[in-house]
Amino acid sequence: MTARPLNPRAALDTRESLLVQDPRTKARNATEKRFRAYGLTAIVVALLALVWLLVSIFGNGLPAFRQTFMTFPVTLDAALLDKGGKRDPADLAKATTFTYGKVLATSLGAEVTAKGIDLGAVQPKDLIKMISEESPATLRNLVLADPSLIGTTIDFTVLASGRIDGYYKGRVTMESAALDKNISPDQLALADRLKTAGVLGMKFNAGFLTMPDASDKRPEAAGLGVAIVGSLYMMFVVLILALPIGVATSVYLEEFAPQNKFTDLIEVNIANLAAVPSIVYGILGLAIFINFAGLPQSAPIVGGLVLTLMTLPRIIIPTRAALKAVPPSIRDAALGVGASRLQTITHHVLPLAMPGILTGTIIGLAQALGETAPLLLIGMVAFVRDFPGAPPDGLFDPAAALPVQIYNWTQRGDPGFVERASGAIIVLLVFLIAMNAVAIYFRRKFERRW
Amino acid sequence: MKDQRLETRVDTQTIKIEARKAQVYYGTNHAIIDVDVDIMDKTVTAFIGPSGCGKSTFLRCLNRMNDTIPSCRVEGSITLEGENIYDPRVDPVQLRARIGMVFQKPNPFPKSIYDNVAYGPKIHGLTRNKAELDEVVETCLRKAALWNEVKDRLQSPGTGLSGGQQQRLCIARAIATSPEVLLMDEPCSALDPIATAQVEELIDELRSQFSVVIVTHSMQQAARVSQRTAFFHLGYLVEFGETGQIFTNPKDPRTESYISGRIG
Ligand SMILES: Nc1ncnc2c1ncn2[C@@H]1O[C@H](COP(=O)(O)OP(=O)(O)OP(=O)(O)O)[C@@H](O)[C@H]1O
Ligand SMILES: [Mg+2]
Repeated sequence: MTARPLNPRAALDTRESLLVQDPRTKARNATEKRFRAYGLTAIVVALLALVWLLVSIFGNGLPAFRQTFMTFPVTLDAALLDKGGKRDPADLAKATTFTYGKVLATSLGAEVTAKGIDLGAVQPKDLIKMISEESPATLRNLVLADPSLIGTTIDFTVLASGRIDGYYKGRVTMESAALDKNISPDQLALADRLKTAGVLGMKFNAGFLTMPDASDKRPEAAGLGVAIVGSLYMMFVVLILALPIGVATSVYLEEFAPQNKFTDLIEVNIANLAAVPSIVYGILGLAIFINFAGLPQSAPIVGGLVLTLMTLPRIIIPTRAALKAVPPSIRDAALGVGASRLQTITHHVLPLAMPGILTGTIIGLAQALGETAPLLLIGMVAFVRDFPGAPPDGLFDPAAALPVQIYNWTQRGDPGFVERASGAIIVLLVFLIAMNAVAIYFRRKFERRW
Repeated sequence: MKDQRLETRVDTQTIKIEARKAQVYYGTNHAIIDVDVDIMDKTVTAFIGPSGCGKSTFLRCLNRMNDTIPSCRVEGSITLEGENIYDPRVDPVQLRARIGMVFQKPNPFPKSIYDNVAYGPKIHGLTRNKAELDEVVETCLRKAALWNEVKDRLQSPGTGLSGGQQQRLCIARAIATSPEVLLMDEPCSALDPIATAQVEELIDELRSQFSVVIVTHSMQQAARVSQRTAFFHLGYLVEFGETGQIFTNPKDPRTESYISGRIG
């Protein structure tokens, strides 16, 4: 007696050798292969886009980190700079940047003569146009800070003008210079001769990171200093406010809140707040912190508060997810040996959720660092030349912010600012990568513990 | 004071936990219905019954672990030495320090073996210094038959142990707070026969100090370790009595069919 097969279709099965794939297996394998090909294509496309982005940003931005400088001896003529002759600060301040410009031009002219460089068709009075308009001010500040320099000759390094810098970066050509009232081909030719003589050269531009922004006409002097300090201050405010408030909120909602309509309402609101466009937070900040609370405009404290509001839901959501992901058996274990709820949370749940919390926080911070729109509304787009003071008071001084500075520079007319904007993007990216590296470090560090 | 203790040690029939008309609801689901149980001091009580009959639920009522389940509601009275543990004045945290628990699934803390055992004594301030704590840890690990396997790696994570070792670690952790009652929910379901035998030996030993309540699916285990057995069925306590009597001469036909393997 033969047993009936369990599966009626089994009788229809034509079982063949394992070495031959049956049609179903073949179809399955083909589907899988196709799916893998789609995935691979997607990744390749994404990578290409990324590479293209990086190449374009780095191609445009890296030149910002190198700058054309001129170094020559500058004779600080006491007769010009200190008419009173008593080194009285009030007297010294009377010498304007215009006077210092003349000092620089005279000294450069003297250097050109001394080195036997042919001026060509360049008039001695036009020599000053080859130097950045920023340089007389730099020299003046130097002298005002140290009046004993007056009467001596110092080796001074000045920024070359933006056009000459552009010439060595390929932005300015002889042809374009012929049409440009700010520079002439003769001056470019002279710059070449100065370069050969060693007066003019390119080197690393630390000022890009340390100097404040400069006006429209002086891209060569524009730096990120104030923006970096402003962004750091804001991140500081966001970190000390958003992390504790966010974690406390999450812990309360996740572990203590009674399950009722009110809690549900709060949860829905937090989820929605995370999706609110950032510019709305800017309007809110303008209304509450500036118009109502009377905090100063353009101040990192206001920017930090606005970004805190924006970051909070973005910290709360991953933190709650991290708390939820802690296995309930751990809570049971702790409660089972008689730990209180708070002990259970602080001793067991939070340490386990820590990698998730920190990752969420740092990603929230990174988003806040790159946020532009709300800052525009609270006046962080203002042109700020003075560094804010040391915290906490400095938090109330006007400052700029990295992303706003980028936005700002892309709006400027001088082509020199294109390179500055891309350079600033590189700085921002470096900050973001550093923050993500910190996130990864913390995650590893805490994960190793268990 | 001393005399009193002596008395309780002599009289093994002191009632430690007393449940009267205990009801447990999960929302509208009536999971435990009219359960009357007396847990004797210095006795091992076994809860048996088919899956889903409410053994774990009732066990978790005894140290108020059910408080963590929002939908769970307990009615009736459950007393520990005459005091209602569901009295609003009772702090469940204090209660759980006196009624320890070992869970069905091993759940060591993701910390070192040492810290797992030391945690309870630390938060309850049971030891005065490190030396005392070391001693408690060693004693508990020895009692849980784990000491020899882990004495050289007390600082390695408890989660790195095998399932059976983890369960014994959890037992060590539970007895480290010197509870008066130890609740064990299928403590041996993840253990091999050797470890099971060790745990059973431990339970027998613990009987001299605590009262133990153990949930088990193994009739043999219930017969081996317990003095009293409670048979649950569909949320009702069907029969409760001396283990010998339950297994040899059950009064209720349902008990009979369960222990002879006809329902379950
Ligand atoms: N957290 C919960 N929420 C809702 N219902 C629950 C919950 N835990 C248990 N129940 C229900 O209560 C009843 C008893 O469950 P319990 O876990 O006590 O059974 P058990 O006897 O321990 O079973 P097992 O032997 O399989 O562990 C079941 O019907 C179950 O569905
Ligand atoms: Mg159970």
